[in-house]
Formats: sequence, structure tokens, C-alpha cells
Amino acid sequence: MKKTLLLTMIGVLASGAAYADGKLNIYNWSDYIAEDTIANFKAETGIDVTYDVYDSNEVLEAKMSAGSSGYDLVVPTADFLARGRQSGVYADMDYSRIANVKNQNSQVQALANKQMQDEKAGLVYMWGTTGIAYNEKKIAERLGEKAPTDSWGLILDPANAAKLADCGVAILDAPTDVLPNVIAYLGQPGDTTDAKLFEDAGAVLNKVRPHLRYIHSSQSINDMANGDICAAIMWSGDAFQAAARAEEAKNGHVINYYIPSEGTNMWFDMMAIPADAKNVDNAYRFIDYMMRADVAANNVNYVWYASGNEAAEAKIDPEILAHPGIYPSTETRKNLFVTPVYDAALDRVVNRVWSRFTSGS
Amino acid sequence: MRGLVRYVAHLPAVTGRRLVIALPLIWLAVFFFLPLVETLQVSFTTPRRGIPPYAPLWGFGDDGFFTNFTTGNYALLLQYWSDYFGPALNSIKLAFFSTLVCLAFAYPMAWWIARSTEKWRTILLVMVMLPFWTSSLLRLYALIGLLNPNGFINAAGLWLGLIDAPMQMMQTDFSIYIGMVLTYLPLMILPLYAVMVRLDADLLAAAADLGASGPEIFRTIILPLTIPGIVAGSLLVFIPAVGEFVIPALLGGPDQLMMGKVLWTEFFRNRDWPVASAIAILLLAILTVPIIYARYQDGRVTATDRSERPVEAK
Repeated sequence: MKKTLLLTMIGVLASGAAYADGKLNIYNWSDYIAEDTIANFKAETGIDVTYDVYDSNEVLEAKMSAGSSGYDLVVPTADFLARGRQSGVYADMDYSRIANVKNQNSQVQALANKQMQDEKAGLVYMWGTTGIAYNEKKIAERLGEKAPTDSWGLILDPANAAKLADCGVAILDAPTDVLPNVIAYLGQPGDTTDAKLFEDAGAVLNKVRPHLRYIHSSQSINDMANGDICAAIMWSGDAFQAAARAEEAKNGHVINYYIPSEGTNMWFDMMAIPADAKNVDNAYRFIDYMMRADVAANNVNYVWYASGNEAAEAKIDPEILAHPGIYPSTETRKNLFVTPVYDAALDRVVNRVWSRFTSGS
Repeated sequence: MRGLVRYVAHLPAVTGRRLVIALPLIWLAVFFFLPLVETLQVSFTTPRRGIPPYAPLWGFGDDGFFTNFTTGNYALLLQYWSDYFGPALNSIKLAFFSTLVCLAFAYPMAWWIARSTEKWRTILLVMVMLPFWTSSLLRLYALIGLLNPNGFINAAGLWLGLIDAPMQMMQTDFSIYIGMVLTYLPLMILPLYAVMVRLDADLLAAAADLGASGPEIFRTIILPLTIPGIVAGSLLVFIPAVGEFVIPALLGGPDQLMMGKVLWTEFFRNRDWPVASAIAILLLAILTVPIIYARYQDGRVTATDRSERPVEAK
């Protein structure tokens, strides 16, 4: 009885503490933070955190565009953040309020700022690439020694795609992460805004179209791990998740990921504060906490994406740091490009090309 | 002030019956009619980057009252009509055949339930509605687990030696129709059941006594009397099926572009809420105008029959 009373009192005191410093509402990608990060932050600061997740930038953007989302910290990809900034959705970030901003990788941050044409939008949380994941054995069986496992041609060359069709080929349903790379495969600059090049890229995709199993953004993780598909254009972190799941299941499928030599786009997910955030002080406290080297390293060791935090690298699992698909070599980095933010007219062209490709018309 | 007093004094006169009618009406006005008016309004605005992502249709600015009305969104749909016509046709085709399959399954099931004993009827009806108690999304994911190349059906088929290699059932028309029928079947069964359970069994007995065969009884008695149920069930299935987004997205392949996905692309990818609204309004008009017209014709014919006067005389 006494014990129950004591526990109740502790509970009351603890909840009192949680409310004393107010609240913080965070909206982040699903599976994009270490399992104990939020709990540790709550324990340390007493701030009552509400943590919600989304699985697409589009959903986040629609929610923020409608206004009064109620969130204090969100994590959009840089091009979406840039558009949101033009709409007045996001506030300026005051870096002087973030002591640990010194830990940030200035090169990566500069690339993101260049893409957004904006210095005050937010801080890079994680970054990654788009590339090709494949099932080692199934590709070897069908394409033999000369399988071009360093090129977009593995999927974008119709001759290869036709040979792989029976074991399953998939492409991300993300026009801005696929079309620029098809343009790079054609030997043209991937960071172009020339509508004509997007039409050309559409023509390349339409030739591959009959050999595709599907065009989908999240289905490939499971299917790749189970061996239901054998080659797919995927985001780097998703490919590693598939590889890890196949290894855990011990089903004999070895999944590899590579950044094609023709180059690929780099993308950045940014910590940003909405203009109408109510708990701005707590949002800064949380960002500062996330920018600590040990916290950032802990997150990377869980999600397997490259961090925007340079100081964290000392504490990141060496296997991740040495992985060319996550932390690309200096040689590979030369081929990475950053796409500009498209205007409304180009958006229409890009999405029309994409709709015609996906529907096969 | 006196008006208010009189109004308040008048209040007790509001009967319970009026309240019962007023509440759902208010509900419909607020949650059905107003969003529709809003959608119609947005379909005439110009897109912009801001909150909300379209310029207001009218308002008061520095130069006083202004309006910002455009038909450009509808013009764009006309200009690129082939990009929208195909998906619209796909959606209507999918909805039409889903409705037919649902009807074919639901008709005998509803009949069987309606002809069961009272105790069994309750149990069977609960069984029909039971799936609604779990999330439809979970049921679709369960379906994916069944139909996958590595799923239960293929594994069982391989184990029994019925097939040599896994059948490709996911990402085909087959998987979409299974998902559609599974999701919408209860909406067809319930209205059919409602008319069948009221159907007087004496009529069937009398017809049989007078020498009518089974098919004759069905054609002359059961079918005409259950038509209201068929119409209600078909509308309940067809209308939401046209706008269905989730089932083709989860179970279908990339080649069948549906209207739901086109709307999604306009809204989320092009960030063009006005064009998305214009599509929604146009689709609504295409679907409801024939139904309203048919009902209107129906009403005219009935009215003429009763008064036995020519239509022109009205």
C-alpha cells in the first residue's frame, strides 16, 4: 500500500515536471530517429514531447499549406522546405540559439543551402542518395559477369530490363528523384531545368516500362528483402533496410546497393521550425539536443543514413562510415549533384511526363 | 430586443420532431454542402505559393473590393483532356464491373440471409458487417499477404503440387477486383437484404400454386420487387468505387491510372488545388447529372401515369 502511494506520488511529481517546461510537438519521417532519443530528451528536460510521423513529403506539405498544423518542429526534404519558405510556412532559423551548430558538416549544409537558395531555412538532419539495389544471385543468373552493376543501365537499358523482368524490376514513384537521374544517364546535366530533357527522360523510361513489375516508393523494401523483386531504383537507406531484413530472415538473398557512375542526386532532410510554432524555445532546445555529437551518432547507428553532423562521425558505427553507399568516397562524391527547386510550370511538365510513364500511355 | 424575447418565448413550441429533422439537416449542411461549395469556389481560383496555396476568390484589398475569378482550371482540363479522359474511363470501368461482381455475389447471399430463421438472420448480418469493425487498410494488407508470390495461396499451391511456379496475382486487375469486391460487398448485401426480408413469402407460394416455374417466379415477382434494393446497393458501391484511391494504389500495378491517383497527383505533386478541385467538380457533375436526370424522368412518368394526362399539359 505504502509502495503504491509512493509510486503515485512519484508519478504526480514526474508529470508535474513534464508540464513545468511546456510542450513540444514534433512531426518527422517514420522510422527516422533512434528508439531512445525522444525518451532521453524528455527525461533530461522534462518537456512533454508529442511525436508524430509521416511517410511522404507531399502529406507534410499539404498539412503545412493548410496552416495551423500545431507542430513546432518538422523535417521536410530541402526542395519542399524551399517551397514552404516561399509560401511563408517556415520561420527563419536563428543559429545563434543553437550552441551545437558548430558540430554541423559545413560542406553538406552549404550544398543544401545552395539547393534552397536560402541560408536560414534549417539544418540538415540526414542526407542520402538515390541509386540501384539488386539481388546479387538473381542478377548474376540472368546477366552473368557483364552485369553493369555500376550504371543506371542495369535498369534503364531495355535489353537488361527485359532479361530481369521475370524476377521483378521496380522504380520509385518519385519523379524528382528519378527523372534527373535518367537525364544523367543520358549524359546530360542532372541539375537541369530544361523541360525538353525531362521529355527525353520520359521517353527512356517508357521503353523500360513494359518490363517493370511496379512503380512504388515503399513496397520495394519488403519485396527486395523477400526476393519478390531483383532490381530496383531505391533511396539508399531503404536499400540498406531491405538488405538488413534479408540478412535477419536468413533467406539466402544478398542485397547490394550502388551509386551509379553517371551520377545521382543528393537529397537533404532538414530540421525546420514552422512560422506559426507555439513552442519555439523548446524547438530550439530540441534541435540543440539533436545536434550533440553522441545523440546524432546514436540516430545514424539506428537509421543508417549519413548525418549532417560532422562531430558525430567519431561515434558512428565504423561499418556505416566505411559504407560507400552511405558515406560515398571522394571519387563518387564528384558525381553527385543537387537538383534546383522547380517552378510551378516545370512541376507540371515533370508530373505530366511521369503520369504518362506510370500509366503506360 | 422584443423580437428576441418573443423568439425565446416561442422556443418551447419547437417540437422534438422538428429537432430530429433539423439535426441531420444541419449536419449535412455543415459537413457535406459547405465543403462542396468550398471545392466549387476553389476550382475558380488561381494557384499561388502561400497559405492557402490559391489566391482568394474575392475580398477587400487596398483598392476596395476585388474579385479573382478564372475559368483557366477548366480550360486546362480541356486542353489536356486525353490525360484525364483515360483515367476517368478506367475508374468508371473499374467501378462498373466491381458493382456487377458485387451484385452477382450479394444477390444470392442476401436472399439466403433474408430466408433464414430470425435467430440466424442476426448472426449472418453481424457476420456481413464484421469486417467493418477492423480497418480496411489492415484487411488490404492481409490480402497482400495472401496474394504475394511468396504468400499463402502460392505457398499452399506449390506445396500441394497444383502449380509449378508462383502465380503473379498481385499488381494485376485480379488483385484490384478482389480488393474492391471484398471491401464493397457489405454495401450491396445490406440494401438487398432490406427489400428481400420484406418480400411477402405468400406471393411466392401463390405463384407456385398457380403453376409458375422457379425462373418465372424470379422474373415476374422477385426481381421487380427487389429492384429498389438493386438500385440502392449499386449506387452505394458504384459512387465511392469511382473515386477509390487506396485499393488500386496498394493492390494494383502501375498501368491502370485511376481518377483517384490523378486527383492525388494534381493535389500533392503539382500543388494545384484549383485544378484538383475542378476535376472533382467535373467528375461529380458527370456522375450525378445522369442519376438526377433519370430520377426526374422517372418522377415525370409516374406523375403522368397517375393523373393520366399528357406531359405537355403540365
